[in-house]
Amino acid sequence: MDLTPMKLTIGPNQFFWKGDDWTEFYAAMAQAPIDRVVLGELVCSKRLPFYGDRIPEAIKALQDAGKQVSLTSLALVTLKRERKMTGELAEMGVEVEVNDLTALAGLPKGIGFSVGPLVNVYNEGTLEWLAGLGATRICLPPELTLQSVKVLARKAADLGVAAEVWGYGRLPLAISGRCYHARLHGRAKDNCLFACEDDPDGLRVSTLEDQPFLAMNGVQTLSDSYACAAFQIEALAEAGVSALRLSPHSQGFAQICQLFRQRLDGALDETGLASGVQDAAKDVRLSDGFLKGARGADWSGDTHKGKEP
Amino acid sequence: MVMEIVCPAGTPAALRAAVKAGAHTIYCGFADETNARNFPGLNFDRAEMREGVAFAHQHGAKVLIAINTYPRAGDEALWHAAVRDAAGSGADAVILADPGLLQYAATHHPDLRRHLSVQAAAANADIVNFYQAEFGIKRVVLPRVLSVPEIALINAETTVETEVFVFGGLCVMAEGRCSLSSYVTGKSPNMHGVCSPPDYVKYYEDAGRLDAQLGGYTIHRVGRGDPAPYPTLCKGCFSAGDKQGHLFEDPVSLNAEQLIPQLAKAGVTALKIEGRQRSRSYVAQVVRNFRAAVDALEAGQPMPQGMLTRLTEGQATTTGAYKKTWR
Repeated sequence: MDLTPMKLTIGPNQFFWKGDDWTEFYAAMAQAPIDRVVLGELVCSKRLPFYGDRIPEAIKALQDAGKQVSLTSLALVTLKRERKMTGELAEMGVEVEVNDLTALAGLPKGIGFSVGPLVNVYNEGTLEWLAGLGATRICLPPELTLQSVKVLARKAADLGVAAEVWGYGRLPLAISGRCYHARLHGRAKDNCLFACEDDPDGLRVSTLEDQPFLAMNGVQTLSDSYACAAFQIEALAEAGVSALRLSPHSQGFAQICQLFRQRLDGALDETGLASGVQDAAKDVRLSDGFLKGARGADWSGDTHKGKEP
Repeated sequence: MVMEIVCPAGTPAALRAAVKAGAHTIYCGFADETNARNFPGLNFDRAEMREGVAFAHQHGAKVLIAINTYPRAGDEALWHAAVRDAAGSGADAVILADPGLLQYAATHHPDLRRHLSVQAAAANADIVNFYQAEFGIKRVVLPRVLSVPEIALINAETTVETEVFVFGGLCVMAEGRCSLSSYVTGKSPNMHGVCSPPDYVKYYEDAGRLDAQLGGYTIHRVGRGDPAPYPTLCKGCFSAGDKQGHLFEDPVSLNAEQLIPQLAKAGVTALKIEGRQRSRSYVAQVVRNFRAAVDALEAGQPMPQGMLTRLTEGQATTTGAYKKTWR
């Protein structure tokens, strides 16, 4: 099957990176074989002052390199200053990616927007409502099964909305009012002292039997496993999904972008992509269970390739 | 005006017990995936719902029907039927979370009052007002991520009534935005109306200790004979870095009874009790206590002290996000 029409989107970085690492990452993305970049702060408004002034320059460099650029909203807006910040997103002059419907409430009427994976788009009715308000692109929630994705991608195509699916990276599983990094260090959220800054991919949470399980990232909880849609790309393309979302990580990310591009160009098969990603990301466990259907943590590679889990 | 006590009912018997115990309002759901307490043996069939509504109305109480899971793509008809039958049962309102379903209800049953479920996690005045403008919601159930001053701020900036949880199970994640359970079991609150479901729980006894596993992950461990809390994922015991413990939340439940005067001052209309899975005697006891508390408040009397502690999970309670230090 021809996968070349499928695009690659770089999702917003979910973690708290040092300013120079942040700049370096987006400079690399300007050179990477990807089509779209969503940047900005998704998880915690307290992080933004550390790199916010770097955003305009990064946007310009990405646009000059021919990338489409969007700016994400926060995933959970509660405070007055967060509401203000969210209301001002559109002023940056690029498309807004709504990851909390609060951002939609603040957009000028009639302006196009995209919808991120943290908005609950589970069915045709919600998709239609969002399209009616001006959504041009929707990245579906990672929790959906391939079955649901197929129905929604078809509906999206009918409505002229681009459907995107989570392709790579630790899965955003929950968002809270409470900061778990701060709690771990015996601090309150308001006095967190940026406990999350030492964990550029989140902090692994293991069970009492040392089984890697989740990852904490401030107020966000992610999967320990890194989702990888290698074995579903064909089915997604057949269903009319037009883009895959790769979520930034600190290890081997530029190489992973290359591998996905090679797969879409037909230079790599699904097994080649899966094993390439595994090599590039080193010690991570991959998963694709949400798409596959039984449960999020499962990985096709375990059964597919006859490997032991 | 006296604060409204909104009480859960998982069965027709619990509904009647809650009404008799003095609940102003009962919330319940149909026995299928359309509601967020989709447990075996719970909830109402269509006839039971009509009878329950009639019983409540005869006694001056209201009934709200929760249709607060997210309709599955391709199967929206099941959720649409629930809204239609809620209207047909004479219920006073439906509690909805999904924008598509809110749109459906507003279009097809405009006279049926719509409340925004906690599962929509609407956490500020802008989004509450947006839901009001889009779907004509009359009330919002606020997510358990807000402090009392933040709730007061929302009430200052909206004409939508607010309802807050005061007792029972406590979600520590923003409601409706958590897929921890489906990551481990494939079953989630949003899609199936369940969290950490019992069919995926296994207990192992070994070397004087009892392990509780959820979907093969060890969530909790206690010494033999010690009280073993239900292994709800976010209240499990884990390790990270060099620390071990209840990294997300302890196995506590919410009890905000002492905050009722502050919540009243913050402009809250209704106080919600969690627990459609609870027995009717539990429900009746909780209702009697909370009814006494709001009646005392209305009469200018002091709040009764510590009346509900023995009804709470594992005997430990929290006021959650209502006090800012929790975060």
